[in-house]
Formats: sequence, C-alpha cells, structure tokens
Amino acid sequence: MQLYLPIADLPVNVFLVLAMGAAVGFVSGMFGIGGGFLMTPLLIFIGITPAVAVASVASHIAASSFSGALSYWRRRAIDPALASVLLCGGVTGTALGVWTFTQLRALGQLDLMIALSYVVLLTAVGSLMFSEGLRALMRTRRGTVPPRRTHNWIHGLPLKMRFKRSKIYLSVIPVVVVGIMIGFIGAIMGIGGGFILVPIMIYLLRVPTSTVIGTSMVLTLVTMLFATMLHAVTNHLVDAVLALILMVGGVTGAQFGARAGQRIRGEQLRLLLGLLILSVGIRFAIELVIQPSDLFTIREMGVSG
Amino acid sequence: MIRATLALLFVLLLGPAARAERLIVSVSNHRVTVTPNYSGEELVLFGSVEKDATTPADRKAYDLVVTVMGPRADMVTRRKERTFGIWINTDYRQFLQVPSYLALFANRPFEAITSPEIARRQQIGLNNVLLTQRVSGDFADVVPNDAFRSAFIRLRTQRGLYREDGSAVTFLTPTLFRTGIPLPAEVPIGTYDVEIKLFANGAFIGKTETAFEIVKVGFEQFVATTARQNGLIYGLVTAAMALMTGWMASIVFRKD
Repeated sequence: MQLYLPIADLPVNVFLVLAMGAAVGFVSGMFGIGGGFLMTPLLIFIGITPAVAVASVASHIAASSFSGALSYWRRRAIDPALASVLLCGGVTGTALGVWTFTQLRALGQLDLMIALSYVVLLTAVGSLMFSEGLRALMRTRRGTVPPRRTHNWIHGLPLKMRFKRSKIYLSVIPVVVVGIMIGFIGAIMGIGGGFILVPIMIYLLRVPTSTVIGTSMVLTLVTMLFATMLHAVTNHLVDAVLALILMVGGVTGAQFGARAGQRIRGEQLRLLLGLLILSVGIRFAIELVIQPSDLFTIREMGVSG
Repeated sequence: MIRATLALLFVLLLGPAARAERLIVSVSNHRVTVTPNYSGEELVLFGSVEKDATTPADRKAYDLVVTVMGPRADMVTRRKERTFGIWINTDYRQFLQVPSYLALFANRPFEAITSPEIARRQQIGLNNVLLTQRVSGDFADVVPNDAFRSAFIRLRTQRGLYREDGSAVTFLTPTLFRTGIPLPAEVPIGTYDVEIKLFANGAFIGKTETAFEIVKVGFEQFVATTARQNGLIYGLVTAAMALMTGWMASIVFRKD
C-alpha cells in the first residue's frame, strides 16, 4: 500500500516502512538501545533525504524510549537525580545541535556532515565494542576474572554530588559534559545516543548497571522530544506520518527483541552489537569514497506564489 | 481562471484586428486536484487556428509551440568534487525564480519550425528558455552548454518536471490541434501558465495564453501546511503522539 509522506515529499510503501520499524525495534529491544543509528541510515537508503530522516527519527526514538523508561520506572531502575543533571547538559547540547544542523543545511554540507559523523562515530564505537566483546568472550573461555575496576581521574573532579539511587558520589562536571555531547550528536545524527551513553556511564562514570539503562533512556527521551520540537519549529522537517509508522513498528518489534535478547549472553550481545555498529559505519564510509552516480544535486529554496 | 478568461477575451477582442489568425484554446481541466494516491495525470489542451479574410492565401501549414510553466522558485544546484579522497559539495549556482515545472511541446522538431534566432527570442526549446542564475553578484542566463545549467535541466528532466517534445502537438485537421500535458506525481502546486505560440513558414505570427491550477487536498497536504505554518503546534502534536505511542506500547506489552 503506497502512502504519500507529506514532508519527505515521497510516496513509500507502508508495509516496507512498518517492517523497517519492526526490524530496528527488534534490534533495539534486544540490545536495549534506541536504534536511531540503524533507523536513520535505513531511511536515507530508501530515498528519504538525510535531513528529514534525522528530524523524523527523533520522534520515533522518543516513543520507544518512553515505553522503555516507563517499565524501568516501575522497577525503580531510574536515578532521578542523575537523570536531571544529565538533562541539564542534554538540553543544551540538543539546542546547539539543532542550531548547527540549520547552519550546515544552509551551507549545503549537512548530508556530508551526517555521513562523516556516522563514519567516525560508528567505526570508533563499533570497533571498541567489538574488541571489548571479543576480549570478554576470551576471558570467559579461559575462565579468568575480569580486572577489578579502579577509580580514574574523573573521580577527582570538584562539585561532587551524591546520587542516592545509583549509590555513587560523583562530580557533576563530567555528567553535564556527557549530556551536552549526547544531545549534540543526537540532534545532528538522528540517534538517541544510547549505544554511546551506556558504555560511557558504565566505564567512565561507574554508574551501576542496575540504573544505567533506565537513566540513559530518560536522557534519550527528553533530548529526542526536545529535538523533535526544535526541528519542527526551525527546519519544518519532521514528517509526522513517517514517524507514526516507524513508532508503531518500532515499539512492537522492541518487545520481541527484548525477549530474544534475554536468551543471549552479555558478551555475545556486545560482540554482535559492535559488529552491527561497525558495519553501518563502514557502509557510510564506502558511500563517501566511491564516486556518486551524479555529481550534481538540486535543492529547492521554496516555491513562491 | 479569471486570468485565463481575460486572456482569451483579450485575444478575441484584439486578435482579429491585429493579426490575420486567431488562436482559440482550452485545457480539459482548469483545476487539477492532487489526492494522496495521485500517481500522475495528463491534462489535454485543445485549440484551433481561425483564419479570416486578411489571412494570406499561401498560409496553409501552421506550426505550434506550447509552453507550460509551473510556479516559479529559487533553486540551488551543487556540484560534488573529490576532496581528500571523499566526495564533497564544493561549487554551487543559484537559479533565481525559475519554473518548477516546464514543458515545451511542438508539432515538429523545434529546429524545423523556425530559425535559431527567432527560437532564441521566443524561448523555444529547453536550451532557449531563460533560466536566470546568480553568477558572482550578477544576474544572467548562461550559454546552454554551461555545466550547471545542463545538469539542472537534466536533473529536472529525470524527475519528469522539465520536458520538451517536438511531436507532442498533433493537428487533427489543418487548423484543429491537441496536446497532452503530463503532470507527474510530484508536480508542484500552484498556478501554471500555458503559452501557445503560432508559427507559419518559420515566422512567429501570434500567441495566446491560458492557465490552470494545481491544488493538493487531503490529510497529507494538511500535515504539510501545518508543519510549515504552525511549526510549534506541529512539533507539540508530534511529541505528544510519540509519548502516546510509547505509553500505549508499555500498557499493551506490560509484563506481569
């Protein structure tokens, strides 16, 4: 069934988009991530302009992280204090990100920047996650105990604050910085940032695993809602019809993904996720290097009259 | 519509006095509505060449060029170049107030109808239509084989929005003609001006104009208009929709 997307200005097959939403939802439920880094590239791949894809995926991620955050809230797996500090940074970062997005779009370099950010971020995070997963897998094979985590320089920073539910005592500076960073790249790349945020919170900020996913979902939810609003107000690029189809597919797929994820071991899950992220990054890299089929592009600046 | 009627009236009143022929034309539909499942349509333009007593006897065969121009818009054409191993948009050209839809139809190839000189003056053929560019502060059209201009026309043609056809106009009788105006699915909304130019023995002998309008209706158009005009409300509704969907999912799939 063909449906015309009003903002993307493109007819698409509803079932194709629904299936894409469900597939990405499955993966996101399995790994406990938002899945924006998969959804945005897929949309670009079916012909939606990167700008519209990024803006519309933001609302899709908001929906899936809201349903996730609700269930974590019921299980008391969210640290409200930590989430609020993260959000201070997240909201600032998102505003900066959307502003940069607008500037780049005016310069005609937005598509390039989106592709470049994907290449850099995904290959870096993907290879880190992959190698880490591989090492963890080796360790369990050999039966050795992972090295004990120690405190690092981050724990020497001033402005310390006690986060009761996470049972940590931590400076607010790195937390705010992480929030800004995630908000910024989220707004530009159309990703929730969960797949970067969770490792950072675990390895750098030493947030216990009991609250890490729930708290990161709150950050994702608020920054993505905010990004949706800003993209709608400044760039008019949010395609609500597209977003709705993605949301419905996504939240459904996520439920099945979560069930499948429980059957796979943690290290294998990380290995798989790392591989997935890495391949998306490489896909973008190839796109940049090979000669495009058409060197010219046209952009309409708005019809008058 | 009113404009078209006025134009027709104008031709009817002044035409016979000034010219030996007059052109009477009409399109099959003056208001095309594009619905969500619109997948392209063809409008038909009918017309006839009416002779009168002052028409020279040697004028038997006429040639016609029909130009359809959609609403005008500013566009930017960008060119990618390889920089540091990757393909980047480097150079660009701005096209100012160019037609978003442009179709040129004739009953014979354009070069057979008239001389290159007249073709240029009357803007016959895609190579001769005025496409104003901003070239380093100046406003001008460039030579037809300019890289940006030809890329622009090529890309618009690929999308079916620019077209020229030297055999699209058919004469049913020596004076009665018809042509189809194809309107693809992604046709821009707005007012379309149709100009019909009459030639005989290579000379331009008169023209007439008509117009039609393309309007989009339905839910999709409502969404698009709201997004552009009420960005804040649109954003709020989208955000609320996201929250609703998420909330519903957490209820439906709640694990007990």
